[in-house]
Order: sequence, then C-alpha cells, then structure tokens
Amino acid sequence: MSRTARPFVILGFLLVLALFVSVMAGSMFLSPAELWQAFTSRAGGGANGVEQSGVAATILFKLRLPRAILLLLVGAALAGSGAAYQGLFRNPLADPFLIGVASGAGLGAVVAMTIQWPYTAAGLAAVPLAAFAGATLAVLVVTRLARVGNSVPTTNLILAGVAVSSFASAVTSLLMINSTGELRRAMVWLLGGSALSGWNPVLGVLPYILAGCAVLLLLGHPLNVMQFGDEQAQQLGIPVRRVRRVTILAATLTTAAAVAFVGVIGFVGLVVPHILRLLWGGDYRRLLPLSMLGGAALLLLTDTVARTVIAPQEIPVGIITALLGAPFFLWVLRRSKSQNYW
Amino acid sequence: MLKIEHLTAGYGDKKVLEDINLTIEDGCVTALIGPNGSGKTTLIRAVSGVLPVMQGAITVDDRQVNTLTEQERARLISVVPQVRNIPPAFSVREVVALGRTPYLNWLGQFSTQDDQIVENALEQTDLMELAERLMADLSGGEQQRVLLARALAQDTRVMLLDEPTSHLDLQFQVNLMERVHRLAHPMEGIERDGHAVLAAVHDLNLLRMFSDRVVLLVKGRIEAEGTADEVLREEILSKAYRIPLHVIRDSETGKSAILPRL
Repeated sequence: MSRTARPFVILGFLLVLALFVSVMAGSMFLSPAELWQAFTSRAGGGANGVEQSGVAATILFKLRLPRAILLLLVGAALAGSGAAYQGLFRNPLADPFLIGVASGAGLGAVVAMTIQWPYTAAGLAAVPLAAFAGATLAVLVVTRLARVGNSVPTTNLILAGVAVSSFASAVTSLLMINSTGELRRAMVWLLGGSALSGWNPVLGVLPYILAGCAVLLLLGHPLNVMQFGDEQAQQLGIPVRRVRRVTILAATLTTAAAVAFVGVIGFVGLVVPHILRLLWGGDYRRLLPLSMLGGAALLLLTDTVARTVIAPQEIPVGIITALLGAPFFLWVLRRSKSQNYW
Repeated sequence: MLKIEHLTAGYGDKKVLEDINLTIEDGCVTALIGPNGSGKTTLIRAVSGVLPVMQGAITVDDRQVNTLTEQERARLISVVPQVRNIPPAFSVREVVALGRTPYLNWLGQFSTQDDQIVENALEQTDLMELAERLMADLSGGEQQRVLLARALAQDTRVMLLDEPTSHLDLQFQVNLMERVHRLAHPMEGIERDGHAVLAAVHDLNLLRMFSDRVVLLVKGRIEAEGTADEVLREEILSKAYRIPLHVIRDSETGKSAILPRL
C-alpha cells in the first residue's frame, strides 16, 4: 500500500466500523444478521421473517441510520472546518467552537427557533440560514476584534473568540429562559443532543455540508502556501484575500449547518485535525479530507457512547465531546508552549 | 529586465519611498544598501506587489506588474525572504515545490514538468541530499538555501532578495551570495539569460563579491547608484550612515573594507 493511500484506507475502515457499531448499538441491540435481514427485506420485500425484521427495519431505517448519517455529516463538517480554520489562522487552537463561530450559529438558530420550531419545511430552512447568519456575524466580529494591522495574532484570536462566544451563549440562554416550555428541549439541542429524527434533517443538512466540504477540499494547496504567512503566499501567487474569504465562508457555512441541526458540539474540530497532523503531517491537501473522515468516525463513536452508557437515557453528545476535548485542549496548549512544532 | 519608474510607495498616508527610478538588466545583480529605515524592505515589498504602489510604474520585460493578478506577477518576480516563521513540518522538497504555485491549475495538481523543475531547483542549490528532511532539522543557512531554491522553482525573470544573509554566519553569507551571483551569470553554453537580481543587503564588505551594481537608498530616495567603486566611497557612505567611515583598500586585490573611523 502506498504511503499516501494508507491513512485514507485506515480512516475509511474506521468510519465503516463506526457506522456499523452505531446502527447496531442502542436500547435494542441489532445483530449483523438482523441488519442484513432488515436490508434485504427492504430491498426485496422479504417473504421470510417479515414480523421480526419489520421491527429491526423500522429501528434501522427510521431511527438509527438517519441519525448515524446525520452525525457522520456533522462530524465531517466540524473536523473539516476546524482543519480549515487552523490552516487559515496558522493556529493549532483554532476550532469552530473556540473562535465563537459555533456559539454564534447557536444564537442564530435559537433566535430562529423562538420564532418557529424546526419541524416544518420552512423551519428546516430557516434555522440553518439563521445559524449561518449568526456564525458569520460572530466570525466577522472576532476577526475584527483580533486583527492588528494585517495579521491576526493567536492570543487575540482566542480571547476575542472567548468573549464573543460568552456573549452569544449568554443571549442564547436569555432567549431560552423566556421561551417557556421549550427550555429543556432547546437546552438538550444546544448541548448537541439532537431532538430531531428521521430523514428530514439529513436532507436538510446535506446540501450545505456537501457544498461547504467540497469547497474546503479545493483549498488544500492555497492553505499550504499560506502557512508561510500572507506576504510570502502573495509573492508565490496566492490571492490571499480571496482565499481567506472563501475559506471563512465555506468553513462557517458547514459549521453553521452542523450546529443548526445537531447543536453546539465542541472540540471535534480541534481534536481530529490535531491528532491527524501528528500522525500524518500537516499537508492540507491530505489533512482536510482525512479530517473529514476522522471527524465523521469520531462523532459516530462518541454518539454511540452517549446513547448507550447510561441507557435508556441519552447523554447529549456535546457533553461527551467536551469531556474528552477540554483536557485535550489543555494538553495542546501546554505542548505548543513547550515545543513550537507548528 | 526590471524597470522601476517614478515609484512612490508607503504605509497609509506615509510615503516611505519617493520617486524611485531604477533599471536592472538581465544578468545583473544589484545590491540595495542603506541605513535601517531607509526603505530597502519597502522597495522589495512594493516591487513584489505586497505593498500597493501610490504612484509610478513597475515593469518586467515591458509588462506592467502592479496591475497584474498575484498569480501572473508570481510568474515574473520571485522573492527570497528572510528565514522567519518557517513551518517546520514541511520537508525541503515540499517547500521548494511551493514555488510552482503560480503555474498550478485550480486543483493544485503538479505536472511532470513541474516535478522536473522542482528537481532542477534542488540540484542547482545542492539540496538533493536534504530533500526529504524537515525544515525544523536544518540549519539557518540551509533553510535560507531552501528558500532560494523555492524562488528558483518559480522560474521568473526577476528575483528579489530581502536581506537574506543578515542573520547568517559568514560562511553561509558567502555561500548564498555566490549562488545568487551564479544565477545572474550562468556559465558559457547555457541557453537562457541570467536573472535580473535585486538584493537588499546589510553587509557593505561582502557585496563586491556578488554584485555588479550598487544602489544606496537614504530616507526613501536613491542617494547614489553605480559600480561598487563608484558608490562605496568614504564621503558618500559617511553622509548616508551619519558616522565617519573609512574605506580601506588593498592595492593588490583591489578589494576594500569599510570600517567606522574610531
């Protein structure tokens, strides 16, 4: 196996594995045989064991598979945009969550929800758009606050991100307190415990994430060049301003769509690209697609844990990622202080 | 050929350079000297398109460069910057390959020709043995040579160097500038003309070794221009650097050294 293909094969295998584990595990365990039956009965109208496979098929196709696909897409979106933000800001700590984009999207989404809960078709369209607006606003404010002259220093970026993030979260909480009755539901959503089920959210999120990820995948080479700084990138022929704008737009769009449908899930965008960079290097032409694969696999596995660890109750997946991610963040912080490998 | 006509440039409203006129022929290395803050780096930045031009024109082989896109400009002018903030996780070959950026399609694919040019640039700078090493594992002199190779891979007519040797040991300074000299003066039998090179430098004593012409910049204006003998004179330099300087000449070799008169 060639050296370039190996990481893709490993992560691809991991993702398929995660997908199987995710659809098998839950309050009712589905064996591989039952999965197979559910598939064939659906495909061929299955004459044998209709009763039994009927239940399995319902669980599989109405509940677990759509949820798995949704989280797969969201994981890819968060890790892919995390990698893109890290490349753009030349900062290993940039993450959609840390730079305020996710909180901005959350605020936008909650604003939209207080007007309309996302069960209707109009609601499904309005929430991601509002989330996108909130996220864009947040990233504009953060970069404006953090900018010194022509550059965006690390510390400023994180500090501005924290400030904007806190502010957006506070307003979000305020809105939720006012929206009586829906409080718990919105809370669960905000922590990344999707209250949505079925295929509608999958179809809703799909175009945004596909478009955003496709654009991000084209930015690998420009982001590589930009690791040498804006000035050298420009002298090497990169239209830096346009690349920056397109990167922010695409990364923010994917993040916002992800947040709109499953809530604020932190640290996936930080952890995944970081580990992959340590394993297979920082070439963004590889890092971006690998991060998407890795993020999808990680979020699927985390969600499986969230659904099963204190079953039948579910823990919002955002809590699990934060429990794992926050210590990791501190480790990265210490590491980047002691050894400047970036 | 690089031609700068009536160039005025600066930051915000502040003019750092005023009415610069300068022509650099192919196969000619021009050393750009001057005290700190005289505008050497600003000139390099303006010519490379990083800093907007307020007035005047910059042309390469009669093509006006300040109106070109970044990509078009990067096919005409390459820059060897100072070694600073080099992403350490890149291999030497990867860094040199970035020089092909202005020629890649929108998918960022390298053609076999691109690969060949990268190999040639590595060979020309004696980096073949280091090609797979990471930047973090190289010495400052070697890193600077990689940036020179990257500029070579850009395959431009004009090459700018921004104080490339200021933090290098003497041996690396000499080594690098000899290479730059060879770029502008290719050996007999090589088809192409040499680069037109503009190199901002600090060290006044080494520049005779590699430069054909010298331009002295003081407070954003060209104070003197000509051969090393014409520019490196006591009265000119003492005034420019605002300190009495002594030019010591070795009558046998014709070489000279510049020292403060203390």
